[in-house]
Parts: sequence; structure tokens; C-alpha cells
Amino acid sequence: MMRFAMNYYDLMTAALLVIGLYGMVGKRNLLKKVIGMNIFQTAIFLFFIQGGTKPGATVPVWDPRIASEAAGYINPLPHVLILTAIVVSVATTGVALALLITIYRRYGSLEEATILERMRKSS
Amino acid sequence: MNHLPVLIPITLLFSAFFIPLAGFVKRELAFVIALAGVFLSLLFSAAGLFTVITAGEIRYHLGGWPPPVGIEYALDGLSAFMATVVTSVGTLVLVYSRRSILREVPERFVPMYALLMLLLAGLCGIIVTADLFNLFVFLEIASLSAYALMAVGDERGSLASFRYLMLGSIAGSFYVLGVGFLYFSTGSLNMADVAQLLPAVHHSRAVVAAVILIFTGLGLKMALFPLHLWLPDVYTYAPSAVSGLIAPLMTKVAAYAIVRISLTVFQPHYLHDVLPVTPVIAWLGAAGILYGSIMAIAQSDFRRMLAYSSVSQIGYIGLGIGLANPLGLIGALLHILNHAFMKACLFLVAGSIRFRTGRWEVSSFAGLGRKMPWTMAAFTVSALSMVGIPPAAGFFSKWYLLLGGIDRGNWFFVVTILLSSLLTAVYFFRVLEQVYAGRSEESAFKNVSDPPASMLFPTIILGAGVLVLGLLNSIIVSRVLELVVAPLNEPRG
Repeated sequence: MMRFAMNYYDLMTAALLVIGLYGMVGKRNLLKKVIGMNIFQTAIFLFFIQGGTKPGATVPVWDPRIASEAAGYINPLPHVLILTAIVVSVATTGVALALLITIYRRYGSLEEATILERMRKSS
Repeated sequence: MNHLPVLIPITLLFSAFFIPLAGFVKRELAFVIALAGVFLSLLFSAAGLFTVITAGEIRYHLGGWPPPVGIEYALDGLSAFMATVVTSVGTLVLVYSRRSILREVPERFVPMYALLMLLLAGLCGIIVTADLFNLFVFLEIASLSAYALMAVGDERGSLASFRYLMLGSIAGSFYVLGVGFLYFSTGSLNMADVAQLLPAVHHSRAVVAAVILIFTGLGLKMALFPLHLWLPDVYTYAPSAVSGLIAPLMTKVAAYAIVRISLTVFQPHYLHDVLPVTPVIAWLGAAGILYGSIMAIAQSDFRRMLAYSSVSQIGYIGLGIGLANPLGLIGALLHILNHAFMKACLFLVAGSIRFRTGRWEVSSFAGLGRKMPWTMAAFTVSALSMVGIPPAAGFFSKWYLLLGGIDRGNWFFVVTILLSSLLTAVYFFRVLEQVYAGRSEESAFKNVSDPPASMLFPTIILGAGVLVLGLLNSIIVSRVLELVVAPLNEPRG
């Protein structure tokens, strides 16, 4: 299972990670930061899901032609893990959006600079 | 099979589920269930610690599936010790929280308790689990409830909480990505199992990437300098009861996760000699100690000063972990315990001052020493302990860290620890001077007195606890911590 060579999926994962990180750190609009966070987390899903694949293997549902030959099925464990990670990601997005709603109600903007300015004025 | 490991987080989870239901019937029931849940969990942790000391570690297979297929929970010296620390501080802060929440955010009484219980369940889950992915799930449970809790309080809390959420989700993602690399290299997620399989692939790039990602992620959660940027705002704007729970516990549990992974999953010599992770943690810790202390001196807001002091104290823990010798690690673990008690006490004092006077500017504390004698006595004990004056607990953990630094032969660390004690003295004596010697305006604090008993007692118990822990430190070290650090004594392979 030693595999850190550059293939198509790894490149895609790396690209999505960088795009997501840029969105979270570089963008000044809070909603765009949330979008960046989602892209970042999707990259991780892709990384796990492609890690379970094997050449020539099929879905991990009992098949009489393959029987209990493990090499014939793709590894379902990363998929199960990522199901949990997706739930976590949905919850995080939910909390983030709820926070954005309270921020918007108080300051009337989602631009970081505007919020900070209004915050300074009110205090 | 002994069920203690799973009972500790499950009790808290169940009470979190029942609190909203009970809240429909009667609001006060939420508090009763929360307190009962965390107290039961404390009893389980104490029983666990006792069993571990007398009969050795407890391993529990969730659902009867043995590892590496199933998820394993384990109570050994380290996790039983941490679980007891978390649940005991949790119990005391919860007793305190009722009046404080009723004053600050009365309309959110029931959801606050549900979230506080989820937070504690997440923290205890991180402590007892012996599975790398399960640790991620509990880490996110704790973090998600923390984000929500922090946003409840002050106006500016929402933005602080949002920024913490961004950094926290980067941290969680880094951690899970690192776990992914480990899983694809070894094919296992069970900590002990991974530890067995790792030596064969020690030098692969995937494992190196895993180490960097996991430690960066946990370092962010721990707020190790320079990854501490989220911390000051969050501690400052959260409701008093929430910062009283998060400040002493959350970063310490992340520190525990770092200790757990460097002791159980990777071998200490691998992280020190092959891939220099622990030296980096030690130097960052030392930098954090100085930076946190200097920033704390510059603050005029009491809570913000405590927050920067936390950055500095986390530096001590990082330094102890990074020294990677038995004395240093004993110092770090003892400091986790001591700092949990000291910081909980200090934040409860800050909450009590806010409760009675609504102030948090240090310059406006003049004369409080006469008006709130018991609260300020607890504050004085904790402050002296933070500075490191014996017989208070803080002295002993710093002493072990000093010995660890001398053992390593690194005089810079030794000087840092001593210098930081002086800096800590500067910012705490400034407050003490205001409180006891400051010229008071009698009119301002006319009706100010110690807070009600339900808030005063936890504060005093924590203050007294700081002294008791100081006196009992040799017992704690010889009975529990020396067993924990035993793996570091083995000859380096």
C-alpha cells in the first residue's frame, strides 16, 4: 500500500487543497471563506475515497464469482470513514453559516473590513 | 470485561441528549441532569484511575469487536489521569455556571447545558479512545460545541468564534489527512497496532507527511505559539462559565493528544532523532512562554491578560513535551493538571468580578480585596501558583521542567523558565496591587460582596486545590506519572 507517487488523483487532491486554503485565508468575504473550507474538506474526501480503489476490483458487495478473494473488492473502510467526515463537514458548515447569520444581523455585512470598522465604531 | 472506559464519555453524551427533553418539562432540570452526568463521569474516572493504579490498564472493545477491526477504548495511567482532571474541573465549573449563565444569557439556559455536556463528552472521548479516527470524531464534537458556546456571549463573540471555526476546521482537516496517510501506509487505525506496523515504513515520505500534518493540526488545537492567534479573542468574548471550562480544559486535551500520539503511536526516539519534531515543539514552547508573558503584561483587560497568560502556560506544556525526557514530560503532565486548576480558578474569579461589578479592566479593580475577600484570596493563591511560589502547585511543575531542561543540557530553556516566572510575577502583582493596595472609590463598590455560595464554593475549592495539589505532588508523580513516562526510559534503539 506504499503509494505517494504523483498520479492524477493526488494532483487533483493537492490542487483542491491549495484552492480551498487560499479561499479560507486569502478571501476577505466571510461567505467565501466558508466556500473555501468546503473545497478544502472535499479534497480530503477525494483523497480517502481514491485510496480505497484497486485496479480491476469491484464494489464491496458479495459476488459469488469473486467469493472471499479480498483483492477482488475495493477497500470499503475509507469510504465509511469519509461518510463520518462528511457528517462532520456538514455540521461545521451549518455552524459556520449560523454564525454568519448572527454576524450579518449585527453588522449588516459579510465583508471582514466593513465588520471590523463597524465594530470599532460601536465600541 | 470492565466497562469503565466507555462509561466516562457515554454518561456525558446521554445527559447531553436528555437535557433538551428535560428542558421542555422544566428549565431547572437541565442543570440537575448536567451536574448529575458530569459527577457520575467523575466517579467513573476516579474508579478508573484507582483500578489502573492497583490492577493495570483497562482495554475495552466497542461492540465486542477486537482491534484492529473494532474501535478500542483504553484507560491507562495517562488517560485515567487526564479523565479525572477533566471531569473534576468540569464538575466544579458546572456548579459555578448556573448563576453565571442565568445572569449573562438566561434565554439560552437549556441549550447551553446541552452544549457544555457535548463539549465535555468530546474531551473525555479524545482521552479514552485508542483509535486514531475516533479521536478525530471526538475532536470535532468538542470543537463544534465550543464554536457554538463561544458565540453566545459578547457582541464580538460571533466573529471571534467564526475565526476560530476557520482555523479549527483547518486543524481538524490536517489531522484527518495525516491519519489518512498513516492508514494508507500501515492499513490500520488502532494506535497500538499502527505503532507495531510503523517501524517497517518509518522512512517513507507518506509517514513524514503524516507526522507533519498530525502535529500541525493538534498544535493548532493546542494553541501552541505561533498557532495561538485564535485564542485571545475567543477567551475574552465567551460567557464567563464557558471560558471557565474551555480555558483550562480544551487546549490541555489537545496537548494530551500530542503526548498520546508521540508516546503510543510514534516511538519517542523516532520523533526526536529521525524526524526532529519534539525539538521543534520545545523551541516553539519556549518562544510561546516569552511571547505570552510579554503580551499579558501589555493587556488592560483582565480576561485578555489571562488569555495571553494561557498562551504562555501552554508554552510550558509544549516545552515539557518537546524535551522528551522523563523529567520534562512529568513536568508537562503535572503542569496540565496544575494549570487546569489554576486557570479554572482565575477565570471563575474573573466571572465573579463581572457578576458583581460588570467590570474587567484591571485598573478598575481598586479596593476589591476588601469587598470580595474570599474570591480575592482564591485569586491570590492561584496567582502565586502561576508565578511559581512553593507550596503552591505551579512551583512543582516548573521545578520538574527545570530539571528536564538541565537534564537535556539546554541552558536556554532553563533561563526561559526562570525569566518567565519573573514576567508572570509582573502581570499578576500588578493586579494584586490594584486589588489590595489600590485607592478605592467607595461609591463604586457600595453593594459589592463575594458572589453567591454556588459560585464562591467552586472558586474556593479550586484555590484550595492548587495548594493541596502542591502538597500532594510527590504522590501524584510517584503513583501515576512515573508509570506514564516509563517508555521514555528505555534505551534508544
